[in-house]
Amino acid sequence: MSDITSQSLFELTSNIKEKKLSSEEITKAFINRAEKSKKLNIYVTDNFEKAIDQSKKFDSNPNLDFKLPGIPIAVKDLFCTNGVRTTAGSKILNNFVPTYESTVTQNLWSQGAILLGKLNCDEFAMGSSNETSFFGNVQNPVGENLVPGGSSGGSSAAVAANLTPVTIGTDTGGSIRQPASFTGTVGLKPTYGSCSRYGIVAFASSLDQAGPMTKNVRDCSMLLEVISSFDQKDSTSIDYKRNYYSRELSKDIKGKKIGIPKEYRVDNMPDEIEQLWKNGISYAKDCGAEIIDISLPHTNYALPTYYIVAPAEASSNLARYDGVKYGFRSPGQNLIEMYEKTRSEGFGDEVKRRIMIGTYVLSSGYYDAYYLKAQKVRQLIKKDFDDAFSKVDAILTPSTPSSAFKIGEKTNDPVSMYLNDIFTVPINLAGLPGISIPAGKDKNNYPLGLQVIGKPFDEQNILNISYALEDKINFKNDISDWWLSE
Amino acid sequence: MSIDLKTVKHISKLARISIDDEKANKLKGDLNNIFEFIEKLNELNTDNVQALTSIAETTLRFRKDEIKSENIREKILKNSPEENKDFFVVPKVVE
Repeated sequence: MSDITSQSLFELTSNIKEKKLSSEEITKAFINRAEKSKKLNIYVTDNFEKAIDQSKKFDSNPNLDFKLPGIPIAVKDLFCTNGVRTTAGSKILNNFVPTYESTVTQNLWSQGAILLGKLNCDEFAMGSSNETSFFGNVQNPVGENLVPGGSSGGSSAAVAANLTPVTIGTDTGGSIRQPASFTGTVGLKPTYGSCSRYGIVAFASSLDQAGPMTKNVRDCSMLLEVISSFDQKDSTSIDYKRNYYSRELSKDIKGKKIGIPKEYRVDNMPDEIEQLWKNGISYAKDCGAEIIDISLPHTNYALPTYYIVAPAEASSNLARYDGVKYGFRSPGQNLIEMYEKTRSEGFGDEVKRRIMIGTYVLSSGYYDAYYLKAQKVRQLIKKDFDDAFSKVDAILTPSTPSSAFKIGEKTNDPVSMYLNDIFTVPINLAGLPGISIPAGKDKNNYPLGLQVIGKPFDEQNILNISYALEDKINFKNDISDWWLSE
Repeated sequence: MSIDLKTVKHISKLARISIDDEKANKLKGDLNNIFEFIEKLNELNTDNVQALTSIAETTLRFRKDEIKSENIREKILKNSPEENKDFFVVPKVVE
């Protein structure tokens, strides 16, 4: 049997079900590795002691009908966990201990999973490199001083470094798919309304979705099956019949029509990414898929639209952090001064920048010029996809315009940081499901991802296409464990 | 268009985030760069486009107006920044 921490979720669940491994053995193996991996700065808060207790409890009376029987899982620190500190990577929530559980994490525990701890992320999920976290940047296990992507950077790094078998992240403009691409892992953003937003620290409510981050496509299907559910507590949760994604997973994609949007061929895109895309196209053909050239004419307008809509929603969502009922408080002479000092000291620079953008575009006299304009362009972007999906079953693109970059490389230029999300943002604006799978490496040996975009609620289809491509690509991450300490 | 220092200060007031002059100047530069990037949207004529208001195309559900929570007073006050068993404490607002 291979080393416990390098096993996939599928292998671990099989080993538990066949009684070859106990939950305690698995849990301790991941904890042991985490203790030696502090250099990566992946955990914000660990739950190790309780996790071991829970694993023993599971082993004493194992329920093997569960989908995640006794499997330890660490989650992004954006999910509220009852009794376990939840910070959203921010000073303003540094001392916040929720008294309730998010629906998607509850779904994990209801299927037998055990909380390992909370993973670092960009502050309030605002960032593409995990460098905006109050708890410091995360190291990408792929190479020293590389960013792991963001905002789910602790999550992507944790999966790549074998610190958790799988994890869940959140994706508002690419925050699952971009870090997955940077770390050679799989990340799926489900259709808007698929996974409940209840108990997730809100960033931009019309864009936020939780989703699985895993080592491979099969694990991704297993985890999506657990976390996707209709929830009365989220008014935008959609009641539809969800697939048994793992059971219906199939490599047979013969006759599937896959669209290639010409607008995703952007200026200055490295040749390697162009090549990666071509390879993906030829693999899809090998699998019997039909390749169709399509156009998504408003692609170039997606990022500017996103940088109005997301900050606008964020500025309203983050209005709740006023130092009154919970979180950090900086004392003031009067109420207004307390608010202003609390928010000035409690939020980091990127969060403040976005609150300022959002406040401006929603302010009197500017609403029509910015926010309303953006909501109109968002309609056009959505229509592009509606038109495309009348001709094709899925769309194949690169996940990101580059591989992982160096820590500090883009921190002084917000716009260049935002450009990271150029291929992922349109999918959130249109509410569609998208998955990033590792598809190759650049000249530095850093991973690169391909993105498969689907119709609303068609996660099964993009999982199947990814499953077929994954088989052909046969990606190996070969991470050297350079960070391990004794 | 460009955002001047006065506007930056005004927005920070609206957002209830105090900033000093040095930060305000830095933010002015950042915001202008970002808005220059955003201005690209003006290339598009959207006169006849309906604004997208909901991506999920569902109507909000009704539910019965029932009390479902048990007594959660303690839970709600648990993360209160200043200790007081019955209320949230804030600076005096009435003279």
